[in-house]
Amino acid sequence: MESNLASLTITEAARKLRAKECTVRELWGACHAAAKTDAVHAYLEVFDADDAAIDAAQARIDAEGENASVLCGIPLAIKDNILIKGKVASAASEMLEHYEATYDATAIKKLRNAGALFLGRTNMDEFALGGSTENSAFGPTTNPHDTDRVAGGTSGGSAAAVAAHTAIASLGSDTGGSVRNPASYCGVVGFKPTYGSISRSGLIAAASSFDQIGPITKTVADAKALFDVLRGTDVLDSSTAPEGSYPEFTHEVKTIGVPRSLLEQGLDPYVVQAFNTALEATGCKIVDIEIPSNKPALAAYYIINFAEVSTNLSRLDGIRYGHAARGETLLDDYLLSRTEGFGKETKRRILLGTFVLSAGYIDAYYRKAVAARSALIREFDEAFKTVDVIATPTMPTPAFKIGEKSDPLSLYLEDVFTVTANLTGMPAISVPMGTVDREGTKLPIGIQFTAPRGADERVFTIAAAVTGEQLY
Amino acid sequence: MTAHATPDDVKKLAALARLTVSEEELPAFVAEFEAILGYVGQLETLDIAAGSDILPYANTFRTEGTPHEKGVWTPDIVKAFPNREGDALSVKQIIAND
Repeated sequence: MESNLASLTITEAARKLRAKECTVRELWGACHAAAKTDAVHAYLEVFDADDAAIDAAQARIDAEGENASVLCGIPLAIKDNILIKGKVASAASEMLEHYEATYDATAIKKLRNAGALFLGRTNMDEFALGGSTENSAFGPTTNPHDTDRVAGGTSGGSAAAVAAHTAIASLGSDTGGSVRNPASYCGVVGFKPTYGSISRSGLIAAASSFDQIGPITKTVADAKALFDVLRGTDVLDSSTAPEGSYPEFTHEVKTIGVPRSLLEQGLDPYVVQAFNTALEATGCKIVDIEIPSNKPALAAYYIINFAEVSTNLSRLDGIRYGHAARGETLLDDYLLSRTEGFGKETKRRILLGTFVLSAGYIDAYYRKAVAARSALIREFDEAFKTVDVIATPTMPTPAFKIGEKSDPLSLYLEDVFTVTANLTGMPAISVPMGTVDREGTKLPIGIQFTAPRGADERVFTIAAAVTGEQLY
Repeated sequence: MTAHATPDDVKKLAALARLTVSEEELPAFVAEFEAILGYVGQLETLDIAAGSDILPYANTFRTEGTPHEKGVWTPDIVKAFPNREGDALSVKQIIAND
């Protein structure tokens, strides 16, 4: 019975807790035992039980029943770039290997207030830079469906933990697809909310104008349950959108737009087939749309990503916290600490960011990328005048083999469908749409839906239509 | 004008970014730069009107309030200091007296 509890969804576990079919202690024990077995290296650390929190959650469920938050007593896995006070938050980097968070991220505070429990911190690409969790300083996470393959990234540990049923649900963060990409590869649900809907306070920054925390779950209902708790303005993050920032959207979806020209190149034919089948099954009207700026979007994304990453990571200098190597001079201290502390992809992006922001090139690269981003936003806004959501496959292929994409550019090109939601700030979800056969193994693939900024409910509606859930 | 990365360029960028790229790592970095800059360089041929690059976000401001009590965060923060004297962060001397 114990191991079954870890395979529950949030909704099922909440029901069992209230029906007294299990206790918070039993649920924690089952998840903790499952996380300790971790055959896919999803976790960098599994936490010890917080007895006070477990007892408090049980007391709340006993006293409040249905009025207690649905997250009360639910053990969650947390990506290693989200701060939990007193716990290490390393962003899977040697630079922060021993760094202990001095405060809770706002998302963590909200989960604590809801009575959720923290199971452990999950593996990721170093500083959320990558797309396969192969860039972790502590070794890759493997895919629960085929351990020769990647789990996706950068929230690979969070997705693999949920897929392997070593957590009920998890939090990841999404800068260019980092929640949706591993959700697609691992066969779970991954949701990137509207930019500014969940506070970034306490999220270790990668590219600040793209980063959003997002849930990775077994069902769409669970993603919505986490989002409902996590969303809201925060005085600690001035980019959170105040109430009333967006029009009142209905959650109904009648028309789906498909940017067909984007699907013509480099797509696995089985992915296209599964995509068309999943779309038809929704019963919605399917309309072909044109978004010309989709073509340069990936290049624009990477230029802005390099620029923001190099800027954000300049704070890590070996002086106040983190890896601190010492040389002859203060300059040596900086050089040694950063050179020893950062991994290869992180250094590569810092160098590229320094390049695109340098005086001779900022107009040709960074400013052009920002203009391309604006053009893309306008085109998406225009498209949403005629369609309710826009659909693409989440990833061009199923999970690839570990080490298969060793040159960085080929890995960057995998992000073609996911980066647009980060460039436009729009909400996007990945839900499983079937499997494709690779060497006798069925590998999951995901379908992605995007909606206008603020219309997060719409992507839940259409995603639930694919999974067959009843949300409203 | 597509940028071509040379070993000297990469070394210069590394110095600006306070990183050291070893001689062994250099050829791989240069080759990857060529490929990546070649790809993102497609933006240079793009005809986009300038001056319309405004993101759909507004900065929000919080009302001024009472700051936290002095020193409440200090113990946790100084714990992370690599070198310290008491509660002060200790760094190498950068200005000499002589």
